[in-house]
Amino acid sequence: MESNFEALAEAWPRILDGLWITLQLTLGGALLAMVIAVVLGLGSRLHNIVLRGLCRAIMEFFRGTSLVVQLFFFFFVLPQLGLALPAMVCGILGLGLNYGAYAAEVVRGSINSVPTGQWEATTALSMSKSQQMIRVIFPQAWALMIPSLTNYLIHMLKGTAIVSFITLADLTYHTEQLREQTDTFFAYGVSLVIYFVIAYILTLIMNALEVRAKHRLGRGESLREALTPKTPETAAAEGGRKA
Amino acid sequence: MNGLWDWDAAWAVLPELLLAFVQVTLIVTVLSTAIAAVLGLFIAILRMSVPKPIAAVITFIGDFIRMTPIVVQLLFAYWTFLTIEPLTIGIVVFGIHYSTYMAEVYRAGIDSVPKGQWEATTALSMSKRRAWTAVIVPQALRATVPALGNYAISMFKDTPFLLTIGVVEMVRAGLTFGGNNFRYMEAITLAGVIFLLASYPTSLLISRLEKRLAYNY
Repeated sequence: MESNFEALAEAWPRILDGLWITLQLTLGGALLAMVIAVVLGLGSRLHNIVLRGLCRAIMEFFRGTSLVVQLFFFFFVLPQLGLALPAMVCGILGLGLNYGAYAAEVVRGSINSVPTGQWEATTALSMSKSQQMIRVIFPQAWALMIPSLTNYLIHMLKGTAIVSFITLADLTYHTEQLREQTDTFFAYGVSLVIYFVIAYILTLIMNALEVRAKHRLGRGESLREALTPKTPETAAAEGGRKA
Repeated sequence: MNGLWDWDAAWAVLPELLLAFVQVTLIVTVLSTAIAAVLGLFIAILRMSVPKPIAAVITFIGDFIRMTPIVVQLLFAYWTFLTIEPLTIGIVVFGIHYSTYMAEVYRAGIDSVPKGQWEATTALSMSKRRAWTAVIVPQALRATVPALGNYAISMFKDTPFLLTIGVVEMVRAGLTFGGNNFRYMEAITLAGVIFLLASYPTSLLISRLEKRLAYNY
């Protein structure tokens, strides 16, 4: 056991480097995915049938061809076409496009489930199209879409574990190296626990975003209220509502 | 050989891809889906019939498996059970990983069975076992079929992760061909096309099934 922890302490700086690569891919991929999701999600609600069809086709294309295929396409095939991108860019592109296409469906669905009365109200207030979307519809859809986006964010984090095949030394790669000095169980245990902790933190952040989004719509408590621990008396005063 | 697309290379790699598709990708998808569907149902029922602290432990283990990468789980199992064939390891790991998703689907399905159905089984003095098998599960399954189908598709698209433990599935076959011939274009593109051709019609079918099975109590 002693040597396991010694090896871990020795490898720790490298594991942190790998963790940094994993986080860059996850967050970079998430940002790109969000941009793509909003563009395609709004695009697939357009009246213009050509643009709408194009957006849907792009969505189905990136959802239907596997993530790994896309990563390898960017890394192995694009250089043959004279476009050699750095591995990190390939990784972020692959993750962002794949999960952006999934999230676009979430964006589209959430916008569609904002009640029609809200649309009618924006017309009654003679808001412009962009005002409608930015000030009324999207904030409400945003609160609806966060739980599904959280799922895809975790999927994306898990998807990054393949990137050592496009030469990126991520968390998985460095725990593979660690295995050579320690028990198999120990090395992968460390790896799995680190991934789980990141996933858990990401989930907490997304839950906080959801509480904030709902509070801004005037539903539910603010983030600060949600985070303050409740004494039994205040909880009772709220009618025993779940915190 | 320097053109954008070389049909000779495409025809040369296609049989290899299709062979890997049938021998690995399809087999893993079918067998792992079966494992996940059965194990998931077992987990969901188990969690509802044991005392709360034990249920909490089962839920935690499920969350842990679901929130950590399948690649790491594959490698873990591969290096732990070196004597077992990688393909078998892949099938079992995919089955277990996705069973944690399916357990959630079943839980939602079981929750969606109206309370009156439970009360009816009590009124008919059915045994607990009979209540589950004859009344609750058949109704819960109906609500879960589309979700299970969607997870099967997502598993199908995850099968390339098997290349991390040396299983020659479709993408691996494509990469090997690409490496030997210095041309990745045709192999990788065709692999993507095969994935798309197989998964898109299936997902259309499932969404039609979803509409047909939509059930109003």
